[in-house]
Amino acid sequence: MKKQKTIETITNNNNIFDLLSEEIIFTILDNLNQNPLDKKSFSLVCKSFYTTESNHRKTLKPLRPDHLKTILTRYPNTTHLDLSLCPRVTDSSLTTISNTCNSALKSINLSRSGFFSSNGLLSLAMKCKNLVEVDLSNATELRDAGAAAIAEARNLERLWLGRCKLVTDMGVGCIAVGCRKLRLLSLKWCLGVGDLGVGLVAIKCEELRSLDLSYLPITNKCLQSILKLHHLEDLVLEGCYGIDDDSLAVLKHGCKSLKTLDMSSCQNISHIGLSSLTSDSGGLHQLILAYGSPVTLALADSLKNLSMLQSIKLDGCIITCGGLKAIGNCCVSLKEISLSKCSGVTDEGLSSLVTKHKDLRKLDVTCCRKITDVSIAHITSSCTNLSSLRMESCTLVPREAFVLIGQRCHFLEELDLTDDEIDDEGLKSISRCHKLASLKLGICLNITDEGLAHVGRCCSKLTELDLYRSAGITDSGISAIAHGCPDLEMINISYCTNVTDSSLISLSKCLSLNTLESRGCPLVTSLGLTAIAVGCKQLMKLDVKKCHYIDDAGMLTLAHFSQNLRQINLSYSSVTDVGLLALASISCLQSMNILDLKGLTPGGLAAALLACGELTKVKLQVTFKSLLPQALLEHLEARGCVFQWRDQVYRAELDPKSWKLQLEDMVQ
Amino acid sequence: MDLKERLCADNWAKSSSSGNELSEKVSSDLPSFSNFISPQHQQKWEDSPILDYDIRCKHTFQDFNQPSQTQSSLPCNPNTQSKIRCQQDGQVNEMCQNNKLQDWDPRAMLNNLSFLEQKIRQLQDLVHLIVGRRGQVLGRPDELLAQQQQLITADLTSIIVQLISTAGSLLPLVKHTPSPCPPIGQLGQLGGVLFPSVVGLGSGVHPQMDFGRKASDQSNQIDLTGNSGSEQNCTIEEHELKDEEDADEGENLPPGSYEILQLEKDEILAPHTHFCTICGKGFKRDANLRMHMRGHGDEYKTPAALAKPNKESSSEPILIKRYSCPFSGCKRNKEHKKFQPLKTILCVKNHYKRTHCDKSYICSRCNTKKFSVIADLKTHEKHCGKDKWLCSCGTTFSRKDKLFGHIALFQGHTPAIPLDEAKGPAGSSDGLENYDATSKAGSINFNFGSNALSGSGVQNIVDVKGSIDDPTGYFSPLNFDTFNFGGFNEFSRAPFDDSETSFSFLLSGSCNYPKKGGAESSSTNLE
Repeated sequence: MKKQKTIETITNNNNIFDLLSEEIIFTILDNLNQNPLDKKSFSLVCKSFYTTESNHRKTLKPLRPDHLKTILTRYPNTTHLDLSLCPRVTDSSLTTISNTCNSALKSINLSRSGFFSSNGLLSLAMKCKNLVEVDLSNATELRDAGAAAIAEARNLERLWLGRCKLVTDMGVGCIAVGCRKLRLLSLKWCLGVGDLGVGLVAIKCEELRSLDLSYLPITNKCLQSILKLHHLEDLVLEGCYGIDDDSLAVLKHGCKSLKTLDMSSCQNISHIGLSSLTSDSGGLHQLILAYGSPVTLALADSLKNLSMLQSIKLDGCIITCGGLKAIGNCCVSLKEISLSKCSGVTDEGLSSLVTKHKDLRKLDVTCCRKITDVSIAHITSSCTNLSSLRMESCTLVPREAFVLIGQRCHFLEELDLTDDEIDDEGLKSISRCHKLASLKLGICLNITDEGLAHVGRCCSKLTELDLYRSAGITDSGISAIAHGCPDLEMINISYCTNVTDSSLISLSKCLSLNTLESRGCPLVTSLGLTAIAVGCKQLMKLDVKKCHYIDDAGMLTLAHFSQNLRQINLSYSSVTDVGLLALASISCLQSMNILDLKGLTPGGLAAALLACGELTKVKLQVTFKSLLPQALLEHLEARGCVFQWRDQVYRAELDPKSWKLQLEDMVQ
Repeated sequence: MDLKERLCADNWAKSSSSGNELSEKVSSDLPSFSNFISPQHQQKWEDSPILDYDIRCKHTFQDFNQPSQTQSSLPCNPNTQSKIRCQQDGQVNEMCQNNKLQDWDPRAMLNNLSFLEQKIRQLQDLVHLIVGRRGQVLGRPDELLAQQQQLITADLTSIIVQLISTAGSLLPLVKHTPSPCPPIGQLGQLGGVLFPSVVGLGSGVHPQMDFGRKASDQSNQIDLTGNSGSEQNCTIEEHELKDEEDADEGENLPPGSYEILQLEKDEILAPHTHFCTICGKGFKRDANLRMHMRGHGDEYKTPAALAKPNKESSSEPILIKRYSCPFSGCKRNKEHKKFQPLKTILCVKNHYKRTHCDKSYICSRCNTKKFSVIADLKTHEKHCGKDKWLCSCGTTFSRKDKLFGHIALFQGHTPAIPLDEAKGPAGSSDGLENYDATSKAGSINFNFGSNALSGSGVQNIVDVKGSIDDPTGYFSPLNFDTFNFGGFNEFSRAPFDDSETSFSFLLSGSCNYPKKGGAESSSTNLE
């Protein structure tokens, strides 16, 4: 940016940027996505840059709705407005938006906002004629009148109404009649909507591609018309307890265009219902039957017709060995299998399954506690293209087996080995997976810095690393990672009790780091935190709970440098009023956990809470409830802040080994 | 229904105690079968010897037979209806005396025989009448002849049955071996002979059901079988009459296989059809008339007098009666090319009022809907104002699915959200609805009670005081015409009624519970 400035001063009145067409500058700006602050700097260069940048920006995600009018006037070409960071969006805000944006606005996200009513939505729908996308999820106060208002947006194509529990058939009926172009509709958890509303949607909105009906009290009555939709590709029927085999048996035909079918938690549907539902859906790509009826031979047989099937998810089902084998035999070639938390997955079944599906890309065997090295050997030998392997809590898999993973599956991008027996040898082998982006090594008590150093050396694309309670890790391991993985975005070193400030100092080199969890690291101090604050400008989430040496000094630097911080957990640290007040200057801070701060006084807390305008969630000691003025709490709640009062006493930490033993005792 | 029940109960109370305690009757007014097995009654049964039991059987036979005779002659000459009624009353009178004296002495036997003699004489009269009329009636002579023959055979059959039963009473062996089952079977058979129409109309199941349910009280069963068998059938007809008027179009009776009766307009619109021969008071129901008759003397208090005369007592083949609407040009008129007869008198009444009369009843809630049959108004008022399912075109629906069906059908129509939506969540209003229904039903009943009282209220009250009339009838006489009746019927009917309408009856029944309780208490208070 400085270079540009100098160029400008040299050419003086002869601005060479005048020669560049707006399109070219737009193309340049398109690539300026790394840091949101970059565009800000660009716009501050000169008036013409400012105008160009204003005309270029199409997406806005404001932190507060206060200055919407100014912002929207500055960015006249805004098409997408994301208000999910604004907890309080009133009708007047929506009126402002609709008056300023008019027909330019195409998409608006109100999924985390409250405080608006049907009037605001009506003005939005009437003025912004070109709205195609509206997210109203979590509008728990929204009633049919609101839904009727949204129905005025005739061009709407995508609409999310998740958890709008007060909307009934009437409201959905209005939407069905009004928004005939709907392609996507999510009614998840809209408990007031039943067969009639959904049936009308299916009759009126013929363009529907995607329909989410999770947890609706619907029966097969509306299913009949849903399956007649010609373009329906994605149907989610999760937790629809009203649908059972008997009612599905009545269906004369399935849906031909269906590509994804989710019938999770439909305990009343067995293979019989499944076959009648998918009888015509030869093109089905993905089938999700999580937490459903037992996977037996019969169910597997009903998959025979699905020749295009690529992905099947059976999480949490009871599975028989025969069922697994049959899935192996009948499906053409699966790319994704999820068997997480399935009881009944044995070496025999899993082995025969994976040997048939050599093209497998994703495999999830989380908590399949019966599998051993036999399974791993089969998986690694036949599925060499595996990109994602999740095998948390496969405790019978011996440490030698993990070597096989590294030896054979070089394309792994995601690997979850939480609570496994992997050791340094295994890590060394796994470091051959150069594409590895996400590695989870939580509660791996056998690994040390040595193994981690291998990962740091070879896996340069690592963005996510979880070392939760991996007690063998110290500063040298972390520093190897910090040096070798510059793209690291998220790291969890919670309860790695040997980690000190030097780890944080080395991690401060990872400029993309946005999440740091160092909960329960007693040796970490404000010094380390300062380094992080200065280095990692992208930091959004910070957890320093139970780090006793973290104090106000850390907060002061954090407040100064980490302007992107959204969430912070300071419980049981040594932060006082001063630190908290400093933090309050971070404009986008939304969530604070401030349990049991010894130096915190009611006055300081009140000042900090008042100063922090964007707070949506605060967790604090119940004793403050009586100490803070009621009017203040009411004011904060009116701003959209939710208080969670806790009455917890501090518990001393166990060392990781005894913690795990205790965990195992509890499991047994 | 409780009317009938009470009739039955009264029968028992009367005959078992052979006394005439009014209080007893009142106590049995409670509209539930459970009254029959009240300890009071049972004790009486235990007290009375087994002999009594047989008397009971016989007594019921007489009950059936006698009315059947008179009743069967009714359709032939409706003009002499009242005359015959007189006769009947007289007979009933005698009959009661018979019953009282039935104690195995020769006098009773003599009475019986003289009664039979009288019956035979009556039959003679009937034949005479027929002979006399034969010359006059020219139209359809064959049909009429067949009809008359049937009637005569029916009466003869009943006389024979009576004779056999009288003779049977003379056989000591028969009466001293009472097993609980044979009487039922016997009666069942008799029922088959005497009331073939009951079976024919598909309600033969009812008595059987009653057997099963009342196994504890044998004698009750017998009475029920006889009395309620045909009566329940009638009730069902009354309930379903609304549907029937349309439904019977599917009934393809070949012309001539039934007798066509045509009431005149005045008859149809007359508020009362049953008149007291002594004081001239009119009643809508024969049962009420019979109750009323008790006030005219003890001779009307006998079980026989109180028992319902059996209409369907003619022997097989059953003569089906159908009705014609007097309005010429009407499809229901017998002169119409595509004549479709009406099944019952009630059908005629409702049809005539609905089709050919002014709609004089206006809904007090909406002030727009008009009705000619008050029952229709009541049905409407029950739902009026609850048409909360509104379409953008202004059409209202009482049911959400109807609204959605409408919207699915028409382009551009959309559900209209009520403006006061904020008042309460529309989704969870089902509970509220029910609550509304209950309270509304209650208030409506009250209204009607007061309206109807304006005419003959005083008399009604008198009736109640004498514990003659049905307390609920007093409360709202119109109830009988409609669903409320079903409410009282619920106990006996609901278990074996599988028709669609039974559900609504149940509903209305449940709505009426509080009121019923009130009626009961009022009747007990009156004691």
